[in-house]
Amino acid sequence: MPELSYREAVRDTLSRAMRQDADVFLMGEDIAEMGGSMAVTQGLLAEFGPERVRNTPISEMAIVGAGIGAAMQGMRPVVEIMYEDFTTLAMEQIVNQAAKHRYMSGGQLKVPLTIRTQGGAGWSPGAQHAQQVEAWFVHVPGLKVVFASTPTDVRGLLWSSIYDDNTVLFFEHRILYGIKEEVPDEIEPIPLGKARIQREGEDVTVVATGRLVHESLKAAAEAEQEGISVEVVDPRTLQPLDEDTIVRSVQKTSRCVVAHEAVTRMGFGAEVAAVVQHRAFDWLDAPVERVGARFAPIPFAPVMEQFVVPHAADVLQAIRRTVGRSA
Amino acid sequence: MAKVESRRNAGLSRERLRAFYREMLLIRRFEEKVEERFRAGELSGFLHVAIGQEAVAVGVCQAMADGDVFASTHRAHAHALARGMHPNALMAELYGKLEGCSRGYGGSMHLYDVGIGFLGANAVVGGGLPAIAGAALAFKLRGEPRVAVAFFGDGATNIGTFHESLNLAQLWRLPAVFVCENNHYAESTPASQQLPIGDLSKRAVAFGMRSLTVDGQDVEAVYRAAGRALEHARSGKGPVFLLAETYRLVGHYVGDPQVYRPKGEVQALRETQDPLDRAAERLALSEEERAAIEREVEELVEGSVAFAKAGTDPRPEDALENVYA
Repeated sequence: MPELSYREAVRDTLSRAMRQDADVFLMGEDIAEMGGSMAVTQGLLAEFGPERVRNTPISEMAIVGAGIGAAMQGMRPVVEIMYEDFTTLAMEQIVNQAAKHRYMSGGQLKVPLTIRTQGGAGWSPGAQHAQQVEAWFVHVPGLKVVFASTPTDVRGLLWSSIYDDNTVLFFEHRILYGIKEEVPDEIEPIPLGKARIQREGEDVTVVATGRLVHESLKAAAEAEQEGISVEVVDPRTLQPLDEDTIVRSVQKTSRCVVAHEAVTRMGFGAEVAAVVQHRAFDWLDAPVERVGARFAPIPFAPVMEQFVVPHAADVLQAIRRTVGRSA
Repeated sequence: MAKVESRRNAGLSRERLRAFYREMLLIRRFEEKVEERFRAGELSGFLHVAIGQEAVAVGVCQAMADGDVFASTHRAHAHALARGMHPNALMAELYGKLEGCSRGYGGSMHLYDVGIGFLGANAVVGGGLPAIAGAALAFKLRGEPRVAVAFFGDGATNIGTFHESLNLAQLWRLPAVFVCENNHYAESTPASQQLPIGDLSKRAVAFGMRSLTVDGQDVEAVYRAAGRALEHARSGKGPVFLLAETYRLVGHYVGDPQVYRPKGEVQALRETQDPLDRAAERLALSEEERAAIEREVEELVEGSVAFAKAGTDPRPEDALENVYA
């Protein structure tokens, strides 16, 4: 079992897909010689050449749109949007084109495009390089949305994203690139729409994504010291959402916290809370608690940045609230 | 090469030009029927007809080869018909029927027919251009001698996708042809209020792109220029900007009162810039010949309405199909 970092897991998956399939190729800003702004695609130019590892101009609409066009011809492009903040520049192509060609054509077309992007706070890049915007895309019928939190999940989910016949937004978290894990020798594809129970517990379910999966695991370990048994569920795929796993977990624990780094208001957690109250109402012993960023852009000064985004301590407090109220 | 040149410089055969005239007349009568049925309250949504711009559609589409692909705009009926879509499939789509080219999911602004290489009309101005660059990239990566063609208007040259797509296509020498139908209005806004330059080919030249300008009311000239553009792209020399100067002889949408156009402009243009009159004159069509083409075309158009009305309505719950592959 090799040990891979989250970053290496992305690179490994891209290489393996490109080795076995001439239809897979990469496009993005600074991905060739420089190896990507986060060094994810380092070394791929040397192995696959400039035709398949394509440096692009700073043109997000053209990057995504060219990916759409190549995908409609049956290729499986993987495009990189350097920061998820910059998906705003390609929003029209993602929302009006990639998501809808299949529908508007009455099922004639497929757009098997993967859009990789990364972001997140924790290193003071400021308000235009640190947002978490994954929830925007969950609101658009026709798109799939993936947010992997571990190297194993990166490999299995990125593989499935590349080979999905729909456009998939694949979110990576900048702070997670360095985390390491032993992974299987071969990639084991993970079906899109399957949650993972990261930790089993009896008293409270925490549904968390991205960096907050790791913060929630820390919070769960601390809660255990206080005699609270916490189950941590990572949906991994936000669209389609594995409602059943979440609901089954809440039916077991009777309490639910949802946690993500993105802004709480209208966040992905609001959707999870709605699903839980609707499908597990009779099991709930406390209101569903939400943990997310405060309602502000991500500030520069580290002390303010750390204040705005949630941490393990915020998850732990939310866990305590659910238990306190049900007591 | 010399042979190709001489053939290119010779006029079209009368038979070919007659076929082009017939295609243009089919589009004209189809569009007039669309206006009529809309006013009769039979058609839903938003309709944009291409009356006046038939020669661009026919000239370019007739020059394309099997395997070439194209994307269109909100004003797409002409491109669809000119590339070989049956009027029945088009009219059925406008009536929202399952027999329509997009099975009722698209409508006038979202026509598709993958079988003829039609990758979609697009209701977002400039929305289809990046995907045409992408299709051309796929052809290049796979070594296929195919060309991807984008139709768009003068208004689209002001939007970001135009600039990003042309830049990328030229940078990567992609086999694409960008057909700009300059009808001098972006919806209601005249060139003087949206374009700081008169010659739009400068925008392509700025990217180092080969540019050709053609009289868009002359189907023969459009056909020849499109043939050169497609050949250039297909031979690996890179994309071409094909600027067709044309005129919209109707409003932006069916029902547009056109308060923004100078009095008499449309009438004057109809008298001097009708592409059908041009072709008819060159053909020196006899009255009988003209009447015969009219009869054939009108039968097709009437038939398309009958076909559409007899078509199958989707079930409401069909709306939940085709969201995902």
